[in-house]
Amino acid sequence: MSIDTAPTVSATALDATSGAATRRDILHRLLMTLGPILAALVIAGCILLAVGVDPLAYYGYVLEKGLFSPLGIQQTLTRMAPLLFLAAGLIVAFRAGMWNLGGDGQFLLGAVTAAASAPVFVQIMPFWLALTCSFLIAVVVAMIWSLVPALLRAYQGVNEIITTLMMTFLGTSLANVLVKLVFRDPGTTVPQTRTLPVEDRLPRLFDTTITSGLLLGLAAIIIVHLVMTRTAFGLKLRIVGANPRAAVHAGLGVPGLTTAVFAISAGLAGLAGAVDIIGVQGNVRADWNPAYGLAVIPAVFLARMNGFAAIGFVFLLSVLSIGGESAARRLGVPNHFTLVLVSIVLIVLALAEYVDHRYNQSRKA
Amino acid sequence: MSSLSSSSVAARDIVALEGVTKRFPGIVANDSVDLSIRPGEVQVLLGENGAGKSTLIGMLSGLLQPDEGRILVDGKPTPITSPRHALALGIGTVFQHMMLVPTLTVAENLLLGGRWWQRPRTEELAARVAEITSTLGITVKLHAKVSELSLGEQQQVEILRAMVRKSRLLILDESTSMLTPKGIDELGALMRRLVEQGLAIVFITHKLKEAAAFGDRISVLKLGRKVGEIPPERFRALGEQAIISEIVELMFGKQSDDPEAVERPVRTVHAEAAPLLQVADLAVAPTDNAPGLSSISFDIRPGEILGIAGIDGNGQKQLAEALAGQRAATGGSVRLEGVAIEALSVGERRRRGLRYLTDDRLGEGTVGTFPVSINFFLKQVGAAPFWRNGVEQRAEIDKRATQLVREYDVRTPSLKTPVARLSGGNIQKVLLARELAEGAKMVIFNKPTYGLDLANTLASRQRIRDTAARGLAVLLISTDLEELLSMCDRIAVIANGALVGTVENVDDARTKVGRLMIGLAA
Repeated sequence: MSIDTAPTVSATALDATSGAATRRDILHRLLMTLGPILAALVIAGCILLAVGVDPLAYYGYVLEKGLFSPLGIQQTLTRMAPLLFLAAGLIVAFRAGMWNLGGDGQFLLGAVTAAASAPVFVQIMPFWLALTCSFLIAVVVAMIWSLVPALLRAYQGVNEIITTLMMTFLGTSLANVLVKLVFRDPGTTVPQTRTLPVEDRLPRLFDTTITSGLLLGLAAIIIVHLVMTRTAFGLKLRIVGANPRAAVHAGLGVPGLTTAVFAISAGLAGLAGAVDIIGVQGNVRADWNPAYGLAVIPAVFLARMNGFAAIGFVFLLSVLSIGGESAARRLGVPNHFTLVLVSIVLIVLALAEYVDHRYNQSRKA
Repeated sequence: MSSLSSSSVAARDIVALEGVTKRFPGIVANDSVDLSIRPGEVQVLLGENGAGKSTLIGMLSGLLQPDEGRILVDGKPTPITSPRHALALGIGTVFQHMMLVPTLTVAENLLLGGRWWQRPRTEELAARVAEITSTLGITVKLHAKVSELSLGEQQQVEILRAMVRKSRLLILDESTSMLTPKGIDELGALMRRLVEQGLAIVFITHKLKEAAAFGDRISVLKLGRKVGEIPPERFRALGEQAIISEIVELMFGKQSDDPEAVERPVRTVHAEAAPLLQVADLAVAPTDNAPGLSSISFDIRPGEILGIAGIDGNGQKQLAEALAGQRAATGGSVRLEGVAIEALSVGERRRRGLRYLTDDRLGEGTVGTFPVSINFFLKQVGAAPFWRNGVEQRAEIDKRATQLVREYDVRTPSLKTPVARLSGGNIQKVLLARELAEGAKMVIFNKPTYGLDLANTLASRQRIRDTAARGLAVLLISTDLEELLSMCDRIAVIANGALVGTVENVDDARTKVGRLMIGLAA
């Protein structure tokens, strides 16, 4: 029991030692994150070799299209906008210990309501007010969609992993139904919603094709990060997540906080859908489901629910998905190879984490 | 027992413990315990929760290894390295909670643990079970699903499993805690038949009546030490009442060499002062695994310490939680300074000065992964000056936390250390600092020294005395009678969720409380 015998150190000394410790900690974290990613790239390369594709060419195309070509990087940054909102929503939920896996349903319902309302609003209201109203409607609808899992979890203790997943299936179907039956554009033969004119969409940044939704996404994830780490509200959510019994003991209203977490998380997912529609797509086609919600989950885990790290991983994910699509086309690899790559990264990271944990345990013992 | 007699009969022991000590961080769970287990005897291991019974069983069944001392099997020192090894040595354990697979049949459960490459030998099993059950006079439905059996029947299956595996020593850990009175009597009869066949049984309980009814030899554990033993000769010579009173003396009696014994300083509580806390007819509904409370009434005046004595699990935790607002009361009133608070939330009760120091320090008292500094303010999240407009003021938090660390002598490497890394005593200091900080008027201490080492125990007790001396009302819940006698002004005894009596802490309080605890009138 070294702790018992250790003298109580004064506050100033504490800060100095812990400062060095944090730096070493960050270095260790970086090594533990980048090392496995490199290893995963090597493993994925071996798979490419096995199917007769030059891995260097593949990675080269990924980087060229996703990162280095002017058009590619603009597409990558545009893709980040909805992903950042989704990541922000997941950070709130995961830090509070609630596994909201219903992001896709909430995303699509937000997208559909935004797509349905925006073309109507822009005709009767000023531009900014119209877009704000559409965003708000998308947020409210997604929040309502999360109410069932939220209330079940808060008052009945029903596992939210199952309920949110089930609600996501219902949500995607409902979004489809809405597109085909209710909000269908009578002017086209394809089942899709009315298209928002390009000049009424979110403005593009400078002279590029990058949507200004990127800035909104960055703002959202940074605000979420600061709220979770620096405010009383964020601390309450983290207490609920880390030890629900301690939250009850400390007098926190756990059911209310649980419902709030689901509402915020779903609201951000709905906002992601709205930003993608109002910023980029302009309409929702029937059967459209990019499944961003599930793709973002690994990125948030890799970032350990840290907002700033999540920005980096969302960027990486965007590069991989934009560049991967192009590289796959050029080399004849299935489009889904991007997913294979991402999952190999995840598995290697998990293994590294396990080995690191075992190493720490054995060093302590 | 004299050393001469113990060495002459040692050869008869199936298993013997010699000076076995087991330590956990901050706790000595077993302190040089000697125990001899013989065929044909029911050895009762008696002690309250936390007395070290489970640790002892863990070491006998191969789950834990002793830090000091040795275990002899058939007279030879043998380290029991794993549960599998324990079974091979003939030591079978029936744990407190059923360890059967509910969706499988009895036969399938009995066959579990066979070699995986062989077909289960069902016929062989049936023959063996028939042989065992006929001599024991029990019937077991081999093809019934375990989930369809009553708890008593499941227990018989577990005992049968130990017998099928040719156990010579059967350990029954709190086996009566989930049985009906009839089931308990049947288990007693079964144990008797088993020992008549030459088996050795270790029977763990904290119920005195069962110990007296079923045992041949009783060993009493208290705070990790074996404080006494009643050998079979004495056991047979005494009547049931005499045995119980002797056990009470062993479990709750004062030891001459007790280092914790402190004379209670005479404090003057102003009898005319208005009560700070008034509880009247408080009731709580029982749940699946906890007793309810019924018509609990008491007053505590400023500067007074009221003790709640009783065997653990009789509603102490429910009482504390109902007062703190964590558990819904079904009736009754709670008044703090004359104001009714029974309808208020946990947070509102705390703001009015009611504080609850929980006994579950890591489970609900703290968030283990959070730094020490934040854990000081877990119940004040959002309150000025540590948060302004909802934003954390790290400098204010660190400043106050540094003060508290110094004031309460919390030994921590840094304020940022996750609180779970501290020892039990230091976590308790963090909780004391949090609950006794400014604004406290009435404090509930639930088992405040449970699991602490001596130095921290004494320090915690001094804190509680100081608290009362400052004019606060104190409710001290403890299963340690010594502790209550050394600190309280009055001691109430709780049994089955009701207060069965209140005793002024004067000369003969020890006997009176002890009698109330085992269900006799004071």
